[in-house]
Amino acid sequence: MKKPDLATDFCGIRSPNPFWLASGPPTNSAYQVRRAFEAGWGGVVWKTLAHDPVVNVSARYGAVDYHGRKMMGLNNIELISDRSLEENLREITEIKQEFPDRAMIVSLMVESKKETWQDIVQRTEDAGCDGLELNFGCPHGMSERGMGAAVGQVPEYTEMITGWVTEVAKTPVLVKLTPNVADPRPIGQAARRAGAAGLSLINTINSIMGVDLETLHPMPHVGGRGSHGGYCGPAVKPIALNMLQQVAADPAIDLPISGIGGIESWQDAAEFLLLGATSVQVCTAAMHHGFRIVEPMISGLQMWMLEHEFESLSDVQGRVVPDVGGWGELDLAYKVVAEIDQDQCIHCGLCYIACEDGAHQSIHCAKIETDAFLAQHPNGAGAVHQSGGKNYLPGAGAGYVNLLTIDQTTCVGCNLCSLVCPVEDCISMVERDSGLPSMTWNEYQEKLGRGEVDPIAPPEHR
Amino acid sequence: MPKSKLSAEKLAQNFADLHPAYAPQEARIEAARCLYCWDAPCTRACPTGIDVPTFIRQILEKNSGGAAETILSENILGGSCARACPTEVLCEGACVDRTLEKAPVEIGRLQRFATDYAAKRKLQFFEPGPESGFTVVVVGSGPAGLACAHELRRLGHGVRVLEASDVPGGLNTTGISPYKISTEFALSEVEQASAIGFEIELNSPVTGADLRELLEQNDAVFLGVGLGQTAPLNIPGEDAAGVWEALDFIEQAHRMPLKECEVGTQVVVIGGGNTAVDVATEAVRLGADQTTIAYRRSREQMPAFAYEVELAVSDQIGFEWCVQPVEFVAEAGRLVAVRFRRQRLEGEGRAGTLVDAGGDDLVLPCDQAIKALGQLPRSDFLSSIDGLKIDGGRVVIDDKTRATSVAGLFAGGDCISRGGEIVDAVQDGKIAARGIDHTLRQKPKEPR
Ligand SMILES: Cc1cc2nc3c(=O)[nH]c(=O)nc-3n(C[C@H](O)[C@H](O)[C@H](O)COP(=O)(O)OP(=O)(O)OC[C@H]3O[C@@H](n4cnc5c(N)ncnc54)[C@H](O)[C@@H]3O)c2cc1C
Ligand SMILES: Cc1cc2nc3c(=O)[nH]c(=O)nc-3n(C[C@H](O)[C@H](O)[C@H](O)COP(=O)(O)O)c2cc1C
Ligand code: SF4
Ligand code: SF4
Ligand code: SF4
Repeated sequence: MKKPDLATDFCGIRSPNPFWLASGPPTNSAYQVRRAFEAGWGGVVWKTLAHDPVVNVSARYGAVDYHGRKMMGLNNIELISDRSLEENLREITEIKQEFPDRAMIVSLMVESKKETWQDIVQRTEDAGCDGLELNFGCPHGMSERGMGAAVGQVPEYTEMITGWVTEVAKTPVLVKLTPNVADPRPIGQAARRAGAAGLSLINTINSIMGVDLETLHPMPHVGGRGSHGGYCGPAVKPIALNMLQQVAADPAIDLPISGIGGIESWQDAAEFLLLGATSVQVCTAAMHHGFRIVEPMISGLQMWMLEHEFESLSDVQGRVVPDVGGWGELDLAYKVVAEIDQDQCIHCGLCYIACEDGAHQSIHCAKIETDAFLAQHPNGAGAVHQSGGKNYLPGAGAGYVNLLTIDQTTCVGCNLCSLVCPVEDCISMVERDSGLPSMTWNEYQEKLGRGEVDPIAPPEHR
Repeated sequence: MPKSKLSAEKLAQNFADLHPAYAPQEARIEAARCLYCWDAPCTRACPTGIDVPTFIRQILEKNSGGAAETILSENILGGSCARACPTEVLCEGACVDRTLEKAPVEIGRLQRFATDYAAKRKLQFFEPGPESGFTVVVVGSGPAGLACAHELRRLGHGVRVLEASDVPGGLNTTGISPYKISTEFALSEVEQASAIGFEIELNSPVTGADLRELLEQNDAVFLGVGLGQTAPLNIPGEDAAGVWEALDFIEQAHRMPLKECEVGTQVVVIGGGNTAVDVATEAVRLGADQTTIAYRRSREQMPAFAYEVELAVSDQIGFEWCVQPVEFVAEAGRLVAVRFRRQRLEGEGRAGTLVDAGGDDLVLPCDQAIKALGQLPRSDFLSSIDGLKIDGGRVVIDDKTRATSVAGLFAGGDCISRGGEIVDAVQDGKIAARGIDHTLRQKPKEPR
């Protein structure tokens, strides 16, 4: 089997695969980065450096669990590197020499003064890095001191500081965007105007993790007080994908993007690549599971590429970006309806109640006597089991089985039932001819204005 | 009969809970498996209609008290049911996770988790209803009687419970194997239920004549008298020392320290139902060297539930199928063996008839034989009640109200079913209380 090549070229920064560790706790020291490279990571963005190490607090993290699965979302109030600049730079030199084929990018954040920025840029490049990432995204702590997100939320500041850096930098400069803005594009455009070679996004999202219902402390808390922290991990992925696609589709930006936010599997990575990322960065997943998770990511991405006959990442990167656009460009004539595979249905009733209370009352529920049901559905899911000489059917109770069927004449094709159904591929959304000519909302508005079409009738509701 | 030869520690270990209690996190992990079905099959399969998805969700949300309230509001003996219900053929038999994950949600253990939480804290969820001025007498303090009395108090009626035995609780206290329901638990549950405001008068057997008076002096009477002794075999040697009744055998483990319980070295259990399995398992746990279940019919026709049989097999109990006992062989009045005639089935399934298969008799040497043949109805008592209709040993009742043929007299539990489960008796008691309430208040609407 010839495995697809994952070699990545990010505006001249090369790495054997697109998997980089994002700037954060996992990239805090030579000890960790060495372990990461040994595990197979293609590159790292070193934990954000400043001239003087910061002072951190405890505790620092909080998490959202989902019914027992841990850390669906993570929040932190940690600041940037708390180790000395000299020590960090010495280690960067050492690791780059040890692993010359890996991408070594260093994240920076200093006071908003030209000399200060230019000094740290030169010293970091002298250490031998392959590129720089400007942390204009940190939403907590540093932003109160006029750094991080305080810069990244204002296009003018972003442009000014990026300009100071590109003026002296010899390696490619990436600007890391904050998601804590209404629209990331003006910031990306500012970075581009100032000469950035690439962007990375997203940094963490402003958040409060919760309240401890015993102590009534906000979480995480430092002696009972909390602070707004940065949210990341699997929960933020859809937000990151949205910003990624917006920025990737903007012709006024047109820069390679390193995608970040909630990536923990090859599937996540593939989606980031398809929606416009050139490389991907991972923080929470490495904090949760360790560096070893890169192995299944690499293997999964390669197997998927093989299946789809993608030979290299350039076949994947940005492929789906043009398929996302404004709502007004969607075809009003396209119609899908739900269909239940009765042989797979386990009769949990979840689709019924979701459609009944949360959608369009298009699922019918008929109580079928258990024996009659078994006669009608010999292949039905649910094996009859015997005990004490009697038969029992899971999904049946009080002598009946709920038989769920979709009324496809009123189903609006919203997907809800197929999303709640616990059985894979049991409810599918199937295409139907709507009888309407293909027409987007924008076209519809125009034609309506010109009196060329009748208003589309609203769906029937019970 | 020798007393158990096992050490007290070993016995304690053997009689420890069959399904150990969950730790809180274990319970939540299991609770997370529940899909929160709509019109949930498990709830429909529960005779008392406990809202299973709701109480499981309450456990998931760390609201164990709320979960217990959900359970107990439908089934005041939810703690006993959590321990002893044949869940495989009830809620867990219907659970859709049986299909999706090839294993049902462990509803019984989750129910135990919630009810234990409430029991430990002695949480009282229910208040008596506004006093109605009516008084009702409940005869029997088994599951049916307790559930009826509790529901009657919730509805505001005055209640007196008359119990023949010196302990309350019926078979829950003396008849269910102690590794399912311990005596202490059964008694504490009775106490919790009666805290709503009714007294149980022990050592108060009711006769047919008493009953006539009770009906005259009160507004209604509920009969929850259960069943009586197990059926005799009427074969030679039945009175030999060493021939036991299933109920007496089980009861001893509730009544005295396990170390004092009598058990043979070689034990033969006669019967094929759940009681036979319970008795045999208990004999093994008390230290019998060899225990054999002998059943008239084939393995497929055993009425015992599949999981009960599995338990017996894992306890290394031997089985003899298609053998009919014909004699308890005694020497000097002491049992030394049971002789069986081999049988053959003519016709299909349980409707088929057994005929002698010929060949040599099977002789099983033993020093204890336990008859587990199913209990007989309390025919003498029931037939002494004027005008009470009985059919095949069952008190005839109206399905919706559990009213008998005698005005003011209601009935439920084993005496109307000839042997069901605890959960059925609880439901009967609950329905009967509502039926009584409906009748007393002359409600125009049928109760649900
Ligand atoms: C060996 C055995 C094992 C069992 N195992 C299980 C099990 O694992 N799980 C399960 O769910 N079910 C089990 N059952 C069934 C369950 O115990 C019964 O279905 C349930 O106890 C019936 O409740 P009840 O209230 O109708 O009767 P009982 O529990 O029999 O209670 C009747 C009460 O009425 C009293 N009484 C009788 N006559 C009079 C009178 N004249 N005056 C006053 N009081 C009177 C009795 O003393 C008794 O306390 C088992 C039964 C047996 C025999
Ligand atoms: C504890 C912690 C510390 C972080 N520190 C930094 C940092 O110093 N510089 C930076 O640019 N981003 C920092 N980040 C943000 C991550 O680099 C990344 O953008 C974000 O966590 C989203 O990716 P993820 O979902 O894979 O974690 C930090 C994140 C965490 C959880
Ligand atoms: S797709 Fe939406 S409207 Fe159609 S049946 Fe499913 S939930 Fe109901
Ligand atoms: S959600 Fe799926 S499995 Fe459940 S009843 Fe509907 S179709 Fe069947
Ligand atoms: S059937 Fe199973 S999954 Fe469904 S609600 Fe009941 S316990 Fe939960």
